[in-house]
This record gives sequence, C-alpha cells and structure tokens, in this order.
Amino acid sequence: MASASDTAKLKWVGQRGPRPDGVDKVTGRARFGADISTPGMLVGRVLRSPHPHARIRSIDTSAAEALAGVKAVVTSRDFPDLPSEFVPAGEMLVNYRDVSRNVMAREKVLYEGHPVAAVAATDAAIAKQALALIKVDYEVLPHVLDVVKAMQPDAPLLHEDMYTLGVDPVPAKPSNIAKRVEFACGDIAAGFKAADIVVEHTFTTQPVHQGYIEPHACLANFSEDGSADLWCSTQGHFVVRGHCARLLGMSLSSLRVTASEIGGGFGGKTVVYLEPLALALSRKSGKPVKMAMTRDEVFRATGPAPGASVYVKMGTTKDGRITAAQGELCYQAGAFQGAPIQPGAMCAFAPYDLENVQSVGYDVVVNRPKAAAYRAPGGPIAEFAVESVIDEMAKTIGMDPIEFRLKNAAKEGTRAVYGAKFGPIGLVEGLQAARAHPHYTAPLGPNQGRGIAAGFWFNIGGESCANINVGEDGTVTLMVGTPDIGGSRASLCQQAAEVLGIELHKIRPLIADTSSLGYTFLTGGSRATFASGMAVIEAADDVVRQMRERAAKVWEIPVEAVTWEDGMAKPAGSNAGEFEPLSFADIAKMAGKSGGPLVGKAAINAQGAGPSFGVHMVDVELDRGTGKVSVIRYTVIQDAGKAVHPSYVEGQMQGGAVQGIGWALNEEYIYGEDGKLQNAGFLDYRIPVCSDVPMIDTVIIEVPNPSHRYGVRGVGETPIVPPMAAIANAVENASGVRFTALPMSPPRVLKAITGAALPDAAE
Amino acid sequence: MRRIGNAHARATRSGMARVFLTGNLKQLTGGAAEFDIDAHDVRAVLRALVKLHPVLEPHLEEGIAVAIDGEIFQDAWFAEVRADSEVHIMPRIAGG
Repeated sequence: MASASDTAKLKWVGQRGPRPDGVDKVTGRARFGADISTPGMLVGRVLRSPHPHARIRSIDTSAAEALAGVKAVVTSRDFPDLPSEFVPAGEMLVNYRDVSRNVMAREKVLYEGHPVAAVAATDAAIAKQALALIKVDYEVLPHVLDVVKAMQPDAPLLHEDMYTLGVDPVPAKPSNIAKRVEFACGDIAAGFKAADIVVEHTFTTQPVHQGYIEPHACLANFSEDGSADLWCSTQGHFVVRGHCARLLGMSLSSLRVTASEIGGGFGGKTVVYLEPLALALSRKSGKPVKMAMTRDEVFRATGPAPGASVYVKMGTTKDGRITAAQGELCYQAGAFQGAPIQPGAMCAFAPYDLENVQSVGYDVVVNRPKAAAYRAPGGPIAEFAVESVIDEMAKTIGMDPIEFRLKNAAKEGTRAVYGAKFGPIGLVEGLQAARAHPHYTAPLGPNQGRGIAAGFWFNIGGESCANINVGEDGTVTLMVGTPDIGGSRASLCQQAAEVLGIELHKIRPLIADTSSLGYTFLTGGSRATFASGMAVIEAADDVVRQMRERAAKVWEIPVEAVTWEDGMAKPAGSNAGEFEPLSFADIAKMAGKSGGPLVGKAAINAQGAGPSFGVHMVDVELDRGTGKVSVIRYTVIQDAGKAVHPSYVEGQMQGGAVQGIGWALNEEYIYGEDGKLQNAGFLDYRIPVCSDVPMIDTVIIEVPNPSHRYGVRGVGETPIVPPMAAIANAVENASGVRFTALPMSPPRVLKAITGAALPDAAE
Repeated sequence: MRRIGNAHARATRSGMARVFLTGNLKQLTGGAAEFDIDAHDVRAVLRALVKLHPVLEPHLEEGIAVAIDGEIFQDAWFAEVRADSEVHIMPRIAGG
C-alpha cells in the first residue's frame, strides 16, 4: 500500500529523466503509421459515400477491376455479415454487426464519407482512377444531423430495427433512440422542495474531433498460408487484432499486429477503419497493401466526440448546500449506437456529495460519422453543464465558487450515484490549492473575467502484460503491450528501475507486437502508467526473486536469507554468512551457468484504479468589438496520486486544457443543409495552436492511490473535463452573459454581448 | 425513490451480501433492484442474479463493473465477496 512516506524514499519514480523516444522523434527516425514500406506493396484507397443517408441499390466494380494496375477491389461482399453481438472491446462495448457496417457499408450509407468500396493498385494515381470507375446506385434518403430533431417521432430513421432499450414498455415503433439509461438515488422531488434556489438550463455542444496530427495509416501483408502482418497507428494493437480477426474470419494467432509510433490518438484510435480494408485487399491481391487517410477523410469519416443537448437542474440552500441534482443528457452517437451516455450520466454529478440525484442519458443516432472515444468520453459535455449551473448557484447565493464547491465536495467515503464509494481522493486538496494559488486573487482588468470548474475521470485498470528480459551484461529489455501515447515508456522504465535497483539508462523499453506478449488492453482510460505499471512492477519483482534465488544458490544459503537492496543481492544478516554483495550485472553474467536466462513476467488484470480530480482556473479577456475570447491565464490543478515523471504529467494537464479550450471557443463541425461537411480541414476546423494559448501553469497534487505500489493514478483524461465550464464561467464573469451553447466562437459571443447590458469595466 | 443509505446495516443483519442493480438493469427485473445473495465471489453473484432473473444474462455478460464495498472491479470473476459485502452492479467504465 502506497503512503506519502514510502514514496519519499524513491530514487527513480518522481524524477524528470530524458524521454526514451525523444531522440528518434526529434531526428525523424521514429516510424509512424505511414512510415513503413515493403517491396511489392500496393496503394489502397477508399470510395466514400457522397450522401449522408442513402440505400445502396447496387455496386458495379467491374470497370475498376479491369483497369490496368488494379490488383483488388473489395466491397461488403468481401466481409462476413456478422450478427448483432455486443462485446467489450475497444473503449466501449461494440456490436460487430455495427463495426462491420461502419468499416464498409452494406445495405445503406449513413454519413457522408461512409466507405462503400476500396481498391488496391500499383500506385496512387491508378487507385484514384479506379475509384472513379466504381458505379454505385444510391437511393438518396432524408437525413438528420441534430440530436433533438433525431429524437422526434417523425425524424428520418437510420435503422429500421432500432427499438429503444431501457424504456418500459418496449416501444412499438423503431426510432433513432438506441438506449435510455438512468442513475438515481434519494428523492429528487423532496430535494428540490428543500432548496431555496433552483437553477436550470439546457446546454448544447457540437461534435468535436480528437484532432490528432497523424491521420490513420496502416500496412497489411497477407501470406498465402492465411497468416498476416499488420502495422498500424493505434492505441491498442491487441484490440485491432481482435476486431480484424473477427471481421475477416481469422484466428487470433494468425494475425500479428505491430503498433507504430503514434502521432496522437486521444481515444480516436481505439477503433478500426482502414485496417480491415487493408487486410482484405492484401488477402485478395496477394500483395502487401498500404493505406493512409487524408485529413479530409479523417474529418468526414472518423469518430468525433458527440454533440449533445444536456438539461441540468440543481437546487441549493441559501447557505450553499446542494439539495438536488437532475440531468438529462442526449448525446449524438453518429451513425451507429454507442454514444458515451453511461459515463456521462455517471460522472456528471460525481464530484459532489449529494443525497438526491437523477441522471438520465439518451443514446441517439444521427447521419454523422460514428462517435468515437475522446479523452474522458461523455465527461466534458456533462461537466460543462453541471459546473456552469454550480457557478450560477454560487453566484446567486453570493458565495465564493471555491467555497461552494468545498462545502459539497466528494471525499473519501462519498458514494456516487452509480453505487461506488470513493477511496482517498484529492478534490478537496485541489480546491484548497486553487484557493491558495496567486492566480485566484490576481487583479483583473477591463473586459476580463475569471472562471473555476472541477472535474474528474474514473480511470481504469485492465488486462496488462509485461516481460523483462535480462541481458548477460545486466542491461534489460522491458516489453509492454500498451502503445505509448503520452510518455508511458518513460514512466514504466522508471517503475522497473525502482524495483530492480538499477540505473534507468540500463532499461530499454519496447512495445511488443501481439505475437510476442500476452494480451494487453489498449492505451486509454488513463491506464497505461497505472495498469502496465502494476504489470511492470510484478515482472520486476519476479526478476528480483530470481536474482535472490541465484545468489542463494551461489552462496549455498536459503533464499530467505538473501535480501535485495539498491540493485544488489546481500546476505540478510551476519547469521546468513559473510558474502560480498552480488550486483544485478554480476548475477546476469552468471545466469546461464546458474540456472538459465533471467526473464521476469507478469500477466494481470489490474484493479483498483484511482479516480483523478482536477480544478481549473482561467482568466479570459473579451474583445467587445469582435466577440473574440482570449485566454490570458490558465492554471490546472490535478491529483496524480504519484507523478512518476512530473514533466509528462504536466504535459497531460496542459494538453487536456488546450483541447478543452478549443472545444469551448472554436471547434465545431459545420454541415450544410445537404448533410455534407464544409470544414474538413485544420484551416477551417480551428483547433488551438501555440499562439492561441498562454503558458498553462500546473500544480500536481499527490493523494496516493492505495492500490498502486507508488500511489499512481491515471492523469490523461481528467484535464479535458473542466475547461469548457471554467471558460464559460470566466466569460460570464467578464460579460454578464451565461453561454449555454458551445463553441463560444466570436460570431456567437458578439451577437450575445451586443444584446446584453454591459457590466462595469473593472471590479 | 429508494434510499440506499441504510443498506449496509441490512446486509450485516441478513448474513448475505446485499446486491444492488444500478442503471437500466432494474428495469429488466420488473423494478427489483436489491437482492440478498449468498455468494463468495463476483462470478457467484452474477450466476445467482441470472438464476433469479434469466433476462439479465446477456446484460451481465456484456461488460459490467462491480463495486464491492465501494471498490470497483472490472472483469474480475473471482474478486472476493464477503457475507457482509455491499455489491453494486454498474456499467463498465471506459475511457479515451
């Protein structure tokens, strides 16, 4: 069990060493998804629907197949028609019937950009030409893009067999509402009755893309013996293996997947798009096939975070005790069900110790690309609404926003609406740190405002394997299965070094392919440093045990009489005998003669992930002439449990905040009346760049997670949860206008403030 | 709406684990959301629930998480459940 005093004695955990992937990334040597080539490889391209909703009457690929240079063409006919079956795979439960249809349309196309065919040709120009020769006969159907409109009984229907789950009685007619979920405790009516003040609003958010800089890319190479190799940019190559094997009717052991370096994922690379197509094309052509998306394709055809309509109503007493909290979250799932309504409904009110709660969610399909996970999926949208209402309640009763949150904060022992009780958590510490931070009391100038918001994410553990191979020279290869999307190679090496007692530079990390290591769940849910870390610690413990056994044999004493300290085997006391310590390298050198190679292994299903709470403070300045909101100061305070490599933790905090800033102020998909995306590129889909944001200050709180030896909590997702509310609260403070719709882009802000009474310039 | 604040006291008196269904699962059981179950681990709890309400089976296989006395377990069939445990069946937790 981790405690603050234990972690104070650490040598490697908590240090800011050089990153193991740094040299390759800055020199360009690092190989990302599109950086691998192989002799004889073909170029794969996808034909995508020009319509947001249409029935496919027929597809004629004959002309494309006859084109010189074309080696294979695939459509849905080349994939098995999988039955409806929910399995826990990827970040959310998936239905393979839906997965197969999202990868390649079958009866209908459900969004502009939906794949309908794919070709493999000897070069890109021929592939492009071949796509133009494929004739698809569409019956265009009405489409619906908005979540509220999609829920209406007369909305265009995407799936004729979708009957809403979670309602009683089961509806007689199909609709676009896939599911209703509800979490409740206490007596909501009594709670509102007890309130002196009730605040309620409906909030709307737009879909936003994860914005990873590296588009999806892969290389598939199918052998005539039925086995295949796949190289791809992914957050989870074992999950890719599972999906592709299912979609292509292969055994798991016949498919080896290697994860490339990854240029961002944020949850969006936990699913498959090109990989099954590349494998199918490779199998059909007998050649390796490489595929890479353009940025346009990334926007039109890969999963964003859902847009939403969220109603929140909360009540408080005049002295600041929240008496009731009610929410109704309607999330767009995109073309297939699976919006993150459950986590959204679960975490909406979780930061607060509440007796009376009702949280309802609706999973609604619309004619947009299928939503994919995006950093704390479901959480940011819910917290935007809840933290905005909390801010308004505090203001209404004249209470400091931090004091209001402290009065209601969840603590160790607080039971959330979904039933779990929190263990030790750092929300109170975070709020206290925010209150004590100089940012909180810094003076504001004209047209400036300050906002506060809190948030959290559950974090997860999961299946994780690790191998430690000890070389004869005492250096070590550390093999793990979680692709490194945020510095986990560094943090895992540090944890290994701590247990083994050797110098950090003697450990070389490797992300093993799916044939070289046991099943490891994907990198997501803020789990890599925590769960892979627990596996690494166990594997390192295994090595240490073997080291002690070898020393015991050499000294001819019981293994219980051998201790391990600072990377050395030592006799436990004078009774054990007078022996010179044996170092890690000494024992490694004699491994072959003393019993064989030294390999440490671990295969676990890590439990006990500790939630991470964060508090954000932001100052904005409003340009009343243009409506532009500039972020002029930003502070992120977050509980990391134990920051293994503080620079990486700070990077996660800053990165999440920046993504939240974009979500709050500018990012949205713009569709025309024809259901076609108009801003499928970074020029017009405006994510923040360095010049848009100030230096983001960070404060790391450490309330150890007792389940992890060093107290680690995942940190990657929490920092995207508070920013939208923090910024909306700051804009309200600056302008007197409460924005309930995102993004707060200049045209919207200008329109709102020119119609509102102007507050005094400086307080 | 049912309060769950005193459930732990009830669990202690009955000598069996007190199991709660959260989210949508209770709609499948006609509203029954609390059960006294004699089980030593998560797998036994789930099997007992399915025996009582067979309609739950595919949902309990779909991917749920279990909070045992507040601590969350996912995919942990053999996580210990004691006679006085409070067990909440909740949706699987993910991330991005």
